[in-house]
Amino acid sequence: MTTETVPTGAPADQAKSHELSLIGALRANMRDYGLLLALILIMLFFQYFTNGVLFKPVNLTNIILQNSYIIVMALGMLLVIVAGHIDLSVGSVSGFIGALAAMLMVGWRFPPELAFLANPIVAGAICLVAGAAIGAAQGYLIAYHRIPAFIVTLAGMLIFKGLSLAILAGKSVGPFPAEFQLLSAGFIPDVIGPTTMPWLAENGQNVVLHTTTMVIAIAAVVAMVFFSIRTRARRKMRGYDVEPFSLFVVKNVVIAALVLFFAYMLASYRGLPNVLVVMGVLIAGFVFLTKRMTFGRRIYALGGNLKAAALSGIKTERTTFYIFAIMGALAALAGMIYAARLNSATPKAGQGLELDVIAAVFIGGASALGGVGQVAGAVIGAFIMGVMNNGMSIMGVNIDWQQMIKGVVLLAAVFFDLYNKNKSA
Amino acid sequence: MTKTILEMRGITKTFPGVKALQDVNLDVREGEIHAICGENGAGKSTLMKVLSGVYPHGSYEGEIIYLGEEQHFRSIRDSEHKGIVIIHQELALVPLLSIAENIFLGNEQAKTGVIDWDETRDGARKLLSMVGLNEDPDTLITNIGVGKQQLVEIAKALSKQVQLLILDEPTASLSEKDSAALLELLLEFKKQGITSIIISHKLNEISRIADRVTVIRDGRTIETMDKADITEDRIITSMVGRALDDRYPARSPNVGEVVLEVKNWNVFHPQHRDRQVIRDVDIVLRKGEVVGIAGLMGSGRTEFAMSLFGKSYGQKISGEVRLNGQKVDTSSVDKAIRHGIAYATEDRKTYGLNLIDHIKNNTTIANLRGVSRWGVIDDLAELDVANDYRRKTNIRSSSVYQVAGNLSGGNQQKVVLSKWLYANPDVLILDEPTRGIDVGAKYEIYTIINQLAAQGKAILVISSEMPELLGITDRLYVMNEGRIVGEMPTSEASQEKIMRSIVRAEGKAS
Repeated sequence: MTTETVPTGAPADQAKSHELSLIGALRANMRDYGLLLALILIMLFFQYFTNGVLFKPVNLTNIILQNSYIIVMALGMLLVIVAGHIDLSVGSVSGFIGALAAMLMVGWRFPPELAFLANPIVAGAICLVAGAAIGAAQGYLIAYHRIPAFIVTLAGMLIFKGLSLAILAGKSVGPFPAEFQLLSAGFIPDVIGPTTMPWLAENGQNVVLHTTTMVIAIAAVVAMVFFSIRTRARRKMRGYDVEPFSLFVVKNVVIAALVLFFAYMLASYRGLPNVLVVMGVLIAGFVFLTKRMTFGRRIYALGGNLKAAALSGIKTERTTFYIFAIMGALAALAGMIYAARLNSATPKAGQGLELDVIAAVFIGGASALGGVGQVAGAVIGAFIMGVMNNGMSIMGVNIDWQQMIKGVVLLAAVFFDLYNKNKSA
Repeated sequence: MTKTILEMRGITKTFPGVKALQDVNLDVREGEIHAICGENGAGKSTLMKVLSGVYPHGSYEGEIIYLGEEQHFRSIRDSEHKGIVIIHQELALVPLLSIAENIFLGNEQAKTGVIDWDETRDGARKLLSMVGLNEDPDTLITNIGVGKQQLVEIAKALSKQVQLLILDEPTASLSEKDSAALLELLLEFKKQGITSIIISHKLNEISRIADRVTVIRDGRTIETMDKADITEDRIITSMVGRALDDRYPARSPNVGEVVLEVKNWNVFHPQHRDRQVIRDVDIVLRKGEVVGIAGLMGSGRTEFAMSLFGKSYGQKISGEVRLNGQKVDTSSVDKAIRHGIAYATEDRKTYGLNLIDHIKNNTTIANLRGVSRWGVIDDLAELDVANDYRRKTNIRSSSVYQVAGNLSGGNQQKVVLSKWLYANPDVLILDEPTRGIDVGAKYEIYTIINQLAAQGKAILVISSEMPELLGITDRLYVMNEGRIVGEMPTSEASQEKIMRSIVRAEGKAS
């Protein structure tokens, strides 16, 4: 997770690039750092109150697996919310797609010439397309017929809840073929072979690391540092202000240390879960989409002022349509991850997930009015919720209390956000 | 000598990093019309917010003496209670409630929470007659024009037993006729002993009705003039701190061949299929030419421009558009932009800018292709573009990362211009390009228009300020009720001549 600095754009005609003051740079990025800091504090809090269980390799792996489907959907929901809409159907759609996957792979008996449909890869592809089609259908009504998204997706929520029940005939269907389960339960193979770290032995037990995981993590850190040094150099060369060198170093070191620490934790259990690879690729893709691609820029523009965007030549309807199609595909992927994790599709799967997803995006700093929100924020928001769920469960906090505490955290996050905004305005 | 009703002494208001007001003094005499002038961002609105309690007592330094005693307003409610009512530029009416409901909003004619509708209507009718508005109190606000809405606001103020009425840019969005009526009304109130403070950029109006004028510049009081001293030139000199000899930069037009040709343009109202808004309009624009469209409010100028720009207004649009002799399809905004047409809106807050995003992203949004390849934005190239246009249009901001919503009106307008300049059109349509912005920024915008024309662009300016059209254009069309009713070279045009073509057309229509 990188929190990107808000670059400063002093005019290029000031031939020399300057370093900003430390305070100024910190203040400009307070929200991003604040959120990450909140996540770290929450993790330390639970680390202490769970007597060190939270940071156990197996538990960290679990947190990732438990929240993977929320994060996948939060990426799409971020686009939806930035565009000024909402999608209440994602929970039901993910449940329905899970059911569809189960019926394709296990439930339905196909005639031999259609048997290929039960192949996990073919079925997975069908499910993704079906999800995108569902999203597209809802997006069509929202974008071109101007029915409020709240209503369209509320209807969708009911429809797909019903459809899951119908195709599963009210029963759980499973188990899935082993290949499909890999999506949630699998880890990347250690192609290099394990490394034993005798000097880290605890209670006579050697720590054995998943070497490939560490190699990937180190490569990722090197790439990250390389790119941030290059960006800084390019900005400086063109005469733009850059953040102070001290902050730059501290930021890179902290992020690198965090990545390596988590990689180490994962490597000392079973390595990188497959689903984390999928998530990592998706998160990187969405950061790029929102920060660097014209499509992403247009989403912020239409969420910020729909009429001005339309009069600037943005095809607002088409953009909205695509956003919902993407959301549908992600809900499908999340539905499959969820089903693979439970190893069966149940009529109740996915219900209520939309609320966790929406909460994650808002905790991450998105505005309900549209036009504001960051991918990194949504992901951290999802982890804040996820770590709290996990930590409170380990502590044995009752579910009723858990719900109330999560509600308060959501409110507090948004309140803090608005308070900050008013203060700086 | 009349006595002083309000005295603001040594008002200083600081925002983080900026001194918005510094030792400002203002005294207003009972029963006068007192005008406050100043460039955008000079601190006029801040001063009024201090007075009305939007910025509560304690958040500023200095004292407010009103009706002979020092006041400590903590909110608008406090100041309204004392008879100070402020009417903002953006009207605060609820569109889907009736006139009567709006007048008594927050002050309902009710007994124990139950509204007495008879009293509400009677009261509303009485107040409406005081402001000279002949409308049924049950009419919804959305169904009456801006000019009448302004009157409803004033009626609302009267219902609060107003003693000091503050009007912030009251005529900014009114037609000449409505403006004149409003000014008459203020003079009428003066006879009845109501004191008014009026903030306005329209110096001709001020010199007509104001008894005294206080000029504010850079958060300081510059001077207060008495009736006898008030002239437009004196006010301008005082506002900008230097004599502005010429309000319009000199033009040396170099007109080339025809760029844009519109023929038989017809447009119907978006809601009412049978109402024709634009009828058989033909216009021609040449390279390097600045052409104006004059006309009254509601004559169809904006509707014409927007229908031309990607069918952004109306339905059943017919007609032909030729660019450089080629017939082109401008049926969507994207297509219009690609063919080289740009339209800068009259309403920059609603249609022009993403107010929550910064200058950079607003500058490039209409031409993202220019800074991207395969859908990927080159962020440093984009930053260069934004800084380049910020410098070219002289936007005053800390950087291109300043949020558009925090800029003053003139600077916002420059961002809108930057956006369309970067889209590099052949034809640039500017709809009320200087509405609500101060004299200095106006001059800068006229200069930019001249530069663009010199580069060979064809520019169509829509404006309700006739002196402006006469000052900056080469040729004029006059529009009335959706038709072109006159065309003349600006060198032969005058305000009277324009009005005459409008009136003649009205005579023909009826």
